[in-house]
Amino acid sequence: MNLIQIKNCYKVYNNGVTAIADLNLTIKKGEFVFVIGASGSGKSSLIKMLYREERPTNGSVIVGGINVAKLRNSKVYKLRRKLGIVFQDFKLLPKLTVYENVAFALEAIGMNSKEIRPKVLKALESVGLKEKVRSFPNQLSGGEQQRVCIARAIVNEPKLLICDEPTGNLDPEISKEIVKILDKINKEFETTIIMATHDREIVNKMKKRVILLEDGVLTGDYLKGSYKAHESN
Amino acid sequence: MKAIRIVIRGIRDAFKSVFRNFSLTTAAITCSTITLILVAVAMILSYNVQSITKDLEKELTIIVYFKEDRTEEQIAELKTKLSNMENVETYDFKDKETWKNELKAYDETFNTSLDYFTENPLLDSIVVKVKDVTHLKETTNEIRKYEYVESASFGEEAVLENVIGAFNIIEKITVVMVFALVVVTAFLIGNTIKLTIFSRRNEIEIMRLVGASNISVKLPFVFEGLVLGILGSIIPILITVYGYVILYDHFNGYIFLSMIRLVKPFNFIIYVSLIVLGLGSIIGMIGSYLAVRRYLKI
Repeated sequence: MNLIQIKNCYKVYNNGVTAIADLNLTIKKGEFVFVIGASGSGKSSLIKMLYREERPTNGSVIVGGINVAKLRNSKVYKLRRKLGIVFQDFKLLPKLTVYENVAFALEAIGMNSKEIRPKVLKALESVGLKEKVRSFPNQLSGGEQQRVCIARAIVNEPKLLICDEPTGNLDPEISKEIVKILDKINKEFETTIIMATHDREIVNKMKKRVILLEDGVLTGDYLKGSYKAHESN
Repeated sequence: MKAIRIVIRGIRDAFKSVFRNFSLTTAAITCSTITLILVAVAMILSYNVQSITKDLEKELTIIVYFKEDRTEEQIAELKTKLSNMENVETYDFKDKETWKNELKAYDETFNTSLDYFTENPLLDSIVVKVKDVTHLKETTNEIRKYEYVESASFGEEAVLENVIGAFNIIEKITVVMVFALVVVTAFLIGNTIKLTIFSRRNEIEIMRLVGASNISVKLPFVFEGLVLGILGSIIPILITVYGYVILYDHFNGYIFLSMIRLVKPFNFIIYVSLIVLGLGSIIGMIGSYLAVRRYLKI
């Protein structure tokens, strides 16, 4: 079953820059997909369209049955509740504890606090941060902060986890750890994961599906691919 | 259930935010306090001026004296004429005998001097109260036209006209002041809340990203505006209540040699307090609603 279906999609910004051109792409439930490409290749635009931060200029982007192109501002929350988002810069709230940061995602959608507690603890456990619930973000290392961000993204048990360069700010060892956690989530909860990245080493090691963008055009789609596969082609 | 939870969460978050963003909160409360004090003072001033003008206007009557040779029919005629006049509210006929008795009872000198006359030297009169004092002069002139009217006057015409004119201007100025201050308050509270929201735009962004609906994003901020407005109106209300009661007691309810009567503190200050509270909270809510709306157009 297709979770994401992109057809003839174009994204042209107001300043005339074409970020995505005639993109056709389907991603099935439970897949782990890397999106790679140089800076300015359209990776971020693609990722942003998936959670309706940007709208496609033309064509259709259907995520979990919702057509992002036609989604009104006031209905965006319906899409966002179906997915989790992990950012390069974490986007944690500095004045809230680890627990509160994760619980924030559930409180914001009006969940009962009795339901929230077990869910938050479960999410923090699966990223290995259960003992840090009372810490504040500035007391954590970069890797730990990113794990909080992942816990917040998966706490509502989304079908799709979108990661926008989640290891961009982390050193190689920590990056591997983060990707390991994502892999575990992918296998354990069958969450579909889309991860935009620059990290050559990780992509090569993981042997997952790789989508290559160049100047907004899809130039490669390799199952069990890697940078090597792309380079040798 | 969910809606109730969202509302309860909104209220809780509003209080949390008021305490967590203490310095901005203090700024917002201070500026709304200052402007609301000005609004309260202007309202008290305006209402008192209105009441003073009304008091003065009540005192304004036209005294009509009949000529000596008036007939009973002519008195009756003027009475019906007065009843038909649009601007006449009431009139009160007093014949010369009543005048004489009243004067004699009032003062011993009058008593003896009036006894010198074999005939009553006084004139029959009618005291006329008008509905609208701004047309006092026209009404007086109308009454003067009748040949059996000796005189019709309303006291020191020029002085009274000036006083009423001055009070009318003061009244208008204070009303304009109240409105101007309300606008200024709205602007200040709105802007300060915009600042608190600007400092929390990350929070709003994350709420949007994790799938909070627009209403549940807005609600905490609207409640926060409400809380700021209410907190900002506490001091103005205390100043209004205590300040006015102390002022009223100090002057015993009158200022300028008992000429001007102040409005009684109760229930007047309660109304003023309620208006200040209402203004503060409504302006706070609207201000924050408008400010948060800008950040929802992601």
